[in-house]
Amino acid sequence: MRINTLFYCIWQGIRNIFKNKWFTLASVATISACLFLFGLFYSILTNFQHMVKDAEQKVCISALLEADLSEERRLEIEGLISRRTEVSNLEYVTAEETWEQFAEENNFGDISIFTENPLEDCAHFNIYLSDVSMQSALVSYLESVEGIRKVNQSALTAQALTGVNAIISYVSVGIIVILFLVSIFLISNTVTIGISVRKEEIQIMKYIGATDFFTRAPFVIEGIIIGLIGSLIPLAAVYFIYNEAMMYVVGRFPFLSQLLAFMPVQEVFKTLCPVCIGLGVGIGFIGSFTTVRKHLSV
Amino acid sequence: MKSTAARRRAGSTAGDAAIVMEHVSKAYTVGVPALNDVSLHINKGEFVFIVGDSGSGKSTMIKLLLRELLPTSGKIIVNGTDVVRLKRRKIPKFRRSLGVVFQDFRLLKDRNVYENVAFAQRIIQMPGREIRRNVPSILSTVGLAGKYKARPKQLSGGEQQRVALARALVNKPQILLADEPTGNLDPKNSWEIMNLLEKVNNDGTTVLVVTHNREIVNAMQKRVITMKKGIIVSDEEKGGYIDED
Repeated sequence: MRINTLFYCIWQGIRNIFKNKWFTLASVATISACLFLFGLFYSILTNFQHMVKDAEQKVCISALLEADLSEERRLEIEGLISRRTEVSNLEYVTAEETWEQFAEENNFGDISIFTENPLEDCAHFNIYLSDVSMQSALVSYLESVEGIRKVNQSALTAQALTGVNAIISYVSVGIIVILFLVSIFLISNTVTIGISVRKEEIQIMKYIGATDFFTRAPFVIEGIIIGLIGSLIPLAAVYFIYNEAMMYVVGRFPFLSQLLAFMPVQEVFKTLCPVCIGLGVGIGFIGSFTTVRKHLSV
Repeated sequence: MKSTAARRRAGSTAGDAAIVMEHVSKAYTVGVPALNDVSLHINKGEFVFIVGDSGSGKSTMIKLLLRELLPTSGKIIVNGTDVVRLKRRKIPKFRRSLGVVFQDFRLLKDRNVYENVAFAQRIIQMPGREIRRNVPSILSTVGLAGKYKARPKQLSGGEQQRVALARALVNKPQILLADEPTGNLDPKNSWEIMNLLEKVNNDGTTVLVVTHNREIVNAMQKRVITMKKGIIVSDEEKGGYIDED
């Protein structure tokens, strides 16, 4: 194929966008509306998940060590625990540090008056989980380790967080799948209708000897560009709204911002951007490609 | 029945043929076929009218020659190409060897006269400089050089048909098929189109015209093939329009 022919097809595709203004507008509006809703729900739901995940990571198990444990054995236990996949972080707190923290939390004031450490046998590991639903499995393991005398856990918190996480996951997947399917249906329908009204044009091209590629290329390019524009508009809108909403909540309700950990917009868009553009461009491409094919058999 | 035209063509060779149909039948559904065992032979450079009432099979014949339809049985050779055996991907190239004119013009409404004609050249990947030379030339031939910027809706029926004719001729086809080219035109424009077709024929292009226009058929004194209910009932050199009753 000549390079001129390729440029001609691309140029015709771009021209079609301006030529069929109403079709372009309707398609871009439909794609934008669908992907805006998709993006908005995705942002909200990923934030919920992020917040729950954040809360999960604050859930900590304390493994109290036996008082006469050798330093060698302690390091050995530390190595065993840190290699566990459900463990995200591990910190060792000596008996002295435990006593200092306890005194500070309870406003004991000057603790130098104490000649002995009342928490001499309270050296422990604080263990943070990567997945809170694995807490009971880890606790069982820790209880079996020689050198650990007691394991403290908050089973209720873990259960609650696991439950909330599961509900949010199911709801997220449900809503996103529904929105995804609705988007595909509406967008491909709009593209199909827009091209079907021009089937005469396609047939004329075929009658005078145009190849399938030559006939189809401008329509496919048009579909891709419409899909791209239709996905960039809602992405920009979601980006703006997300930032504004986050600034509003942080500014207006500072206490909430300490409790709720919002995901940075860049994190959300790392996934949302390619998904939205892929959806818009993909449906624009597939919709136009298959619709034109229906009218090519002349 | 063996007509004068058929008798004359009995001596012609396959190499002389532009269009050959042998025992061609086409049935859309079970029942009366649109074409029933039709055989005809059109030599290169001929000017042929196909006449007949609605439903006589004229348009089906054009669709078969264009490879828009496949026959139920029979053999069709156009420009040496076996149309029935033609692979789908080779249809575009085959159609480029034909020029086609329709009753309803079938112009691309969103493009001007120049672009409509140039489109046929772009399809065959003609270089830009050639297009810029060929399109004005053919527009002059059909008398539309001054209207190259006009859109189809700004033209009269006759002018639109001349654009369609220019588009059909710009690639210098060996055969021109015209399906009711004067069907939507007044007598003056009809004659202008027919004169152009005759001129094209005089330059060596085989012309096949499907028409209802009795006055033109009778006046032009060309070969006339008359069809009725899917069969050829008459094939006459310098024939005329045969009345049904």
